[in-house]
Amino acid sequence: MSGSNYDAEKYWKKNLRLIFGCLGVWAFVSYGCAILFRPLLAGITFGGTDLGFWFAQQGSILTFIALIFFYGWKMNKIDREFGVHEE
Amino acid sequence: MSQFVINLIFVGASFALYIGIAIWAKAGTTKDFYVAGGGVHPVTNGMATAADWMSAASFISMAGLIAAGGYANSTFLMGWTGGYVLLAMLLAPYLRKFGKFTVPEFIGDRFYSRNARFVAVACLIVASVTYVIGQMTGAGVAFSRFLEVDNLTGLLIAAVVVFMYAVMGGMKGITYTQVAQYSVLIIAYTIPAVFISLELTGNPIPPLGLFSEHSESGVPLLAKLDQVVQDLGFSAYTADVPNKLNMVLFTLSLMIGTAGLPHVIIRFFTVPKVADARWSAGWALVFIALLYLTAPAVASMARLNLITTIYPEGPQAEAIEYSERPNWIRTWQETGLIQYEDKNNDGRIQLYNDDNQEFQSTAESRGWNGNELVVNRDILVLANPEIAQLPPWVIGLIAAGGLAAALSTAAGLLLAISSAVSHDLIKGAINPNITEKGELLAARISMAVAIIIATYLGANPPGFAAQVVALAFGIAGASIFPALMMGIFSKRINNKGAIAGMLTGLIVTLVYIFMYKGWFFVGGTANFPDTAEYWLLGVSPLSFGAIGAVINFIVAFGVSNATEEPPEEIQELVESVRFPRGAGSASDH
Repeated sequence: MSGSNYDAEKYWKKNLRLIFGCLGVWAFVSYGCAILFRPLLAGITFGGTDLGFWFAQQGSILTFIALIFFYGWKMNKIDREFGVHEE
Repeated sequence: MSQFVINLIFVGASFALYIGIAIWAKAGTTKDFYVAGGGVHPVTNGMATAADWMSAASFISMAGLIAAGGYANSTFLMGWTGGYVLLAMLLAPYLRKFGKFTVPEFIGDRFYSRNARFVAVACLIVASVTYVIGQMTGAGVAFSRFLEVDNLTGLLIAAVVVFMYAVMGGMKGITYTQVAQYSVLIIAYTIPAVFISLELTGNPIPPLGLFSEHSESGVPLLAKLDQVVQDLGFSAYTADVPNKLNMVLFTLSLMIGTAGLPHVIIRFFTVPKVADARWSAGWALVFIALLYLTAPAVASMARLNLITTIYPEGPQAEAIEYSERPNWIRTWQETGLIQYEDKNNDGRIQLYNDDNQEFQSTAESRGWNGNELVVNRDILVLANPEIAQLPPWVIGLIAAGGLAAALSTAAGLLLAISSAVSHDLIKGAINPNITEKGELLAARISMAVAIIIATYLGANPPGFAAQVVALAFGIAGASIFPALMMGIFSKRINNKGAIAGMLTGLIVTLVYIFMYKGWFFVGGTANFPDTAEYWLLGVSPLSFGAIGAVINFIVAFGVSNATEEPPEEIQELVESVRFPRGAGSASDH
């Protein structure tokens, strides 16, 4: 680690904030759109059924993939910014 | 060429490939054996993780579960993929930075306690052994159906093949065979799906076909399916679920259980860098998603196909004559997995929901006297190519794919078990001064013993085999996942808190499962019937892992805050796993 303790703390906080954001989306698409809010989305028809069904069987999985790659890309940038990346 | 010879060629060729890889990837050091030398490319590891994760249950059973339950069983799709988000953000990169060989080793070091390590070893062994039984029985079923050998012979062949590459190559051999097994299983799964989607909807991509128009009727496929199943007294395929709390908790339990399963976590110890662990989780999910996005399409299309086979003119018209049933029904009848009984003696096959009271009068007015066809839902994927009348080589491919799914998961589990025994128990406790060579030998012997036990249990599955998946996920989710997460994200959790948390999480979850499923799964010892009216707040025993995890967190925080802070060097250890720099590859020291 190159920086001071102050930097270390800031780096970890940034990571935590990013994780909270990503897990917020993770919960919103799976527990939200696919399960709890499905009755609210019932009005939006999609391929013979409603949007909630699509989220339950396709949308949430696609979002999970996007989230992991987004997190990996963003963390690589943060690692570099704080000089804690590996050679 | 007969179907049998074709199956033999496909299965034989895939096995020759696995053994070839085993000879090429022989492990020379404990580092090769435990973490494949630590230099596996993140995409390669992602593919191996996908094969490691996707078991006989994913390949054979999942589409059948979704076909039977429709929307309600989407929980499996989300639960078994969403755990990878947790792995990528909460566990994999930090455990990779820690850089040791096993999951219990992290728990033992972080909570500076041998007892914590032993609790983790016990959880790991129970979760992995219960899980491996299912793989061995799955392999046995695939063998007996496609190679016409009896179950035990099939099991022994499977055991010998796993023995060859797992004992010789350890993680190194397993990693590269898993890459080959992934390729075999994904091709086997998607080819029939593409043909069926094309036939039913004209769209060659199954996940898109699922939401397309049904070519024959011109209405959307799912609307058509909803209509025909309701015509037969079943609830609509896309029907919503009234008990949302249970659906949320079940999905959450599957997610944290997935993230806490040791055989999946150790795969991330094989990549060179911390950043690679993050990417690798993403690649793993891409490869898993290829199957998981296809499965719901396979499920709905196969269910529609089955009903159209029985009612060629639609459910309002007469069912087919028993004597005119298609060939695949005949073959599967021989295995006992499809059963027919002509209850009203009309020589036709009536398939409908005879549990539905409201449908009773309709059934009676049509002269039906009960459902006559029972189809085991596990055959759906295996019978798919026959239902869609695909050429015989596709059936051979499915046989090889089912075996690849079962064997790749079995090997991963066996490695997790044997490394816990040789590294955590033998080197960690019994004989810390064991030489490198001695430990490698110990690892090979524990692997061999684990295979023998797994084969025995596969041949004589305990009566509770069907229930044990709940057990594996409950243990992983309620004890291992929270312990790992707290070890990384809190510096305040001490040895006492962690052990108290793991034990209460584990015991509460086990007690809740046993209360409804029978104590230690012994029949007749359950305290309550396993139905929704008796569940506490409507929470099923399968969904309880999430509650167990919450209890684990609360107890661990309470006990830790009431007792002393962890020593300075432990707080420094936590600090160091949080930063990628200086990871080096996984090592012993």
